[in-house]
Amino acid sequence: MAVRAALDRWLFRVPAREAAPIVLVQRRIFVLPTGGGLAFGGALLLILTGSINYNLSLGYALCFLLGSLGLVALLHSFRNLLGLSISLGRTEDVHIGQTARFGLVLGNERKEARYGIHGRLAGGEMSAADIPADGQAVLPLALPAIQRGWLRPGRVTLVTTYPLGLIRAWSYVVPDLACLVYPAPEHPAPPLPWGTGGQGGSRSADAGREDFAGLRPYRTADSLRHIAWKALAGGGPLLTKQFDGEGGSLLTLDWETLPPGMDTEARLSRLTAWLLEARRLGLPCGLSLPGFQREPGGSATHFQDCLKALALYGKA
Amino acid sequence: MAKPDALDRGQEAWLQALALGAVLPHLAFAPTWLAVCALSLLGGRGLLWWQRRPLPPTWLLTLLVLAAGLTVFLSFQRLLGRDPGIALLLCLTCLKLFESKRRRDGLTLVFLAWFLQLGLFFYSQSMATAALSTANLLLSVTTLGVLCHGKRPPFFILALSGRMLLQAIPLMLVLFLLFPRVQGPLWGLPLDAFSAASGLSDSMAPGSIARLTLSDAIAFRVKFDTAAPPQDRLYWRGPVLSHYDGRTWHPAISSAAPELAYPLVPADRYAYTVTLEPHNQPWLFALEFPDRLPTASLMSSDFRLLARQVVQTRLRYALSSRPGMPVGGQESGQVLRESLALPEGFNPRTRALAKAWRSPDAATALRQALTFFRGNGFIYTLEPPLLGQDAVDEFIFGSRRGFCEHFSGAFVFLMRAAGVPARVVTGYQGGGINPVDGFLEVRQADAHAWAEVWIAGRGWHRVDPTAAANPARVTTGLASAVPQGEALPLALRPGWLRTWRWRWDAVGNGWNQWILGYNPVRQHQLLERLGLPNADWRSLTALLTAGSSLLMLALLVWALRKTETTDPAQRAWQHLSRKLARHGLQRQAQEGPLDYCRRVVQARPELRADMATITALYIACRYGDKPKQCHCLTRAVAALRIR
Repeated sequence: MAVRAALDRWLFRVPAREAAPIVLVQRRIFVLPTGGGLAFGGALLLILTGSINYNLSLGYALCFLLGSLGLVALLHSFRNLLGLSISLGRTEDVHIGQTARFGLVLGNERKEARYGIHGRLAGGEMSAADIPADGQAVLPLALPAIQRGWLRPGRVTLVTTYPLGLIRAWSYVVPDLACLVYPAPEHPAPPLPWGTGGQGGSRSADAGREDFAGLRPYRTADSLRHIAWKALAGGGPLLTKQFDGEGGSLLTLDWETLPPGMDTEARLSRLTAWLLEARRLGLPCGLSLPGFQREPGGSATHFQDCLKALALYGKA
Repeated sequence: MAKPDALDRGQEAWLQALALGAVLPHLAFAPTWLAVCALSLLGGRGLLWWQRRPLPPTWLLTLLVLAAGLTVFLSFQRLLGRDPGIALLLCLTCLKLFESKRRRDGLTLVFLAWFLQLGLFFYSQSMATAALSTANLLLSVTTLGVLCHGKRPPFFILALSGRMLLQAIPLMLVLFLLFPRVQGPLWGLPLDAFSAASGLSDSMAPGSIARLTLSDAIAFRVKFDTAAPPQDRLYWRGPVLSHYDGRTWHPAISSAAPELAYPLVPADRYAYTVTLEPHNQPWLFALEFPDRLPTASLMSSDFRLLARQVVQTRLRYALSSRPGMPVGGQESGQVLRESLALPEGFNPRTRALAKAWRSPDAATALRQALTFFRGNGFIYTLEPPLLGQDAVDEFIFGSRRGFCEHFSGAFVFLMRAAGVPARVVTGYQGGGINPVDGFLEVRQADAHAWAEVWIAGRGWHRVDPTAAANPARVTTGLASAVPQGEALPLALRPGWLRTWRWRWDAVGNGWNQWILGYNPVRQHQLLERLGLPNADWRSLTALLTAGSSLLMLALLVWALRKTETTDPAQRAWQHLSRKLARHGLQRQAQEGPLDYCRRVVQARPELRADMATITALYIACRYGDKPKQCHCLTRAVAALRIR
């Protein structure tokens, strides 16, 4: 791997990481014939031999015209990548087992469109984009997410065989693509760990009409008006809405309360599943990992922070 | 399950059009069974496509390929060679259409179409063929584009292919002119490499030359280095016929050597270059009589010029002639005996007539014979009556209507009967200067037969009995010599048609001389003209490399040139970004105008007013309905000063 990287740096001038926008200049673009292009060369050689042997002047003309056409095609392929500007597009974070999708924004400042630009991440599938004249297009790049933590795909290969498929022009770019891979949620996961956090508080006298504060499991005496119908409709358990000052039992997902025999990844998987479930039901919950504590909360940022902590647990 | 590179319907349609374009021109030259097979296969493929039916299974196609090979072998008795090879190529192209499922197959079909294109040049290299090939080439390049990027509209790919072909032409010309030419063949050619061509044959019977005069095809073209000789000295010597069997004249056996067969005598001299159309015979045509031999040629003992091989491709040779020069003063007894021989039992009345002219002085007999032809109402016509057993008798005493073969044959018969050695010479007489390019064009219609008699002390002396009966044939040509109303080739009839014909022939000659006839010799001449005498393949390669590098450089400049965006607002905005980039404030790709403005103002508060104006103008020009304010924007950006 190290040898390959050194070779790439030396031969193809692949930098370690580049700041967007990256503009493809001529010395970064490489051209070689495709398999079809090699066959094309062979066919031309046959035509030339035939023309010499039979003194066919028009045969010479045919051969030379096709040969020149090959060179023109080479320039067209080269020009299709030349001056292309590459910047980062939207990236969605994923869980292990899903496909990480990176958007690469390809910009074209020419007044002609660029067609058939293909791109591929090392280990990923090829995808294609056409860029309109003086415009932009998003090249979707995909890579299966296998490991928890930051996924940095590194080198992107941009390829085009436009316009005749005889010549392949390509370039390597290393945009700063990154995607956070969360642990895979355990499935099926045990029910949410109510009360294990041991943070039940005293009841406030004036329970009821204040600001909404959270949910707690339904007890037979609870008013029907306080039942969280939305959570119930979403397939969740029967819950009762609590309001400020009520101090209901808040949900905290705690690493320490999990069975002692579980390994790290299984723990993270279960915690992730619970976190997602709580989010789905709209329950505020806290998270406690060795080295990470978060009080219960319901905001999107809070949720993201917790997921990020799970993804990066144990990683530098 | 469709494979990623499976052909779609549009691509299949293009491949069928490509195959049709490649196969159709060959049908003019292919045997009937092959034409029918090819057309039915193409039609069948089209029908399957139209009805969206599946392609036939592989085993059936394999059987069909084997059957095609067998049929070709049975039809041509061999598989190697020009005609069977092209027949096989035609079958394979048509059958490959049934087997094309993926892009790779499409590529193979494109290559097959190119090979067929090359094969077409075996049969024809005319300008029309070249035009057709250009159209086919455009079709094939478009098909390549469609195979590569089938989603684009076909018209777009067609235009792109046309543009690419145009860009390729300069480099092609350099390669064509400077690629070191080798005179083929590199290995032995199959026997049928060159098909038969029309022209003079090596025998003469009544009607054989008259048939040629119906064709206005060019036999050869001549470029005189000096002024052309007068019309009545333009006798282009071809086969010499000495042996008569009572109906047909045949050549006598002669030897050939790579040197002149006669001593040179001072006389008017004409230097010229002949471009001979292939006629599948070994002889070359030259004005009587050459004073030097062209390269790689021989001269026979009856003073004919011979090529070392049968002339199968257009041949150019330079030589010079002295039309008035006497030859053959010292003739061998064998030749003279052959020139007096007559078959027994034919034409008794002619023999009796000639016996009366016998005299020790050959010139007297000659004069009497010519007087006889001048005076007795002989008519020169392209439509002579049929003659029987004693053809010469019937002609001289009966019909008195004949063409040059009648006149020359009868005259030689008379002379031999009168004891004067004589023989028939065939060739061409005259020719017309094409006023467009100055070449003398000698057509099949100018085919002629005359006689020569041997006079002791003077040698062989040319006599044209046709000219004696009808001087116009030799002085002004065939058209004015034959009676009004007889069928004549178009090129010989006066009028505007002839003028156009001249122009067309001149273009055709240029094509032949410079495109089809571009060989190592021509290449050498061209380089000499460019100031590079004695260029060998090394200097050619150097020149070729220099020329193509220069052109590649030009194309590279085209590729590297920056095309600025056409929208003036966009251009001004980019200008602004470039200006600010010098101060570390380049616009990011994703940054909208307002965000950019905010960021700039944050970093450089002193630009607040200017940036606000420029941004407002830009938004109005680019997204609003005020494109007229673009020049204000351009000016505002230009006026922006950043310290």
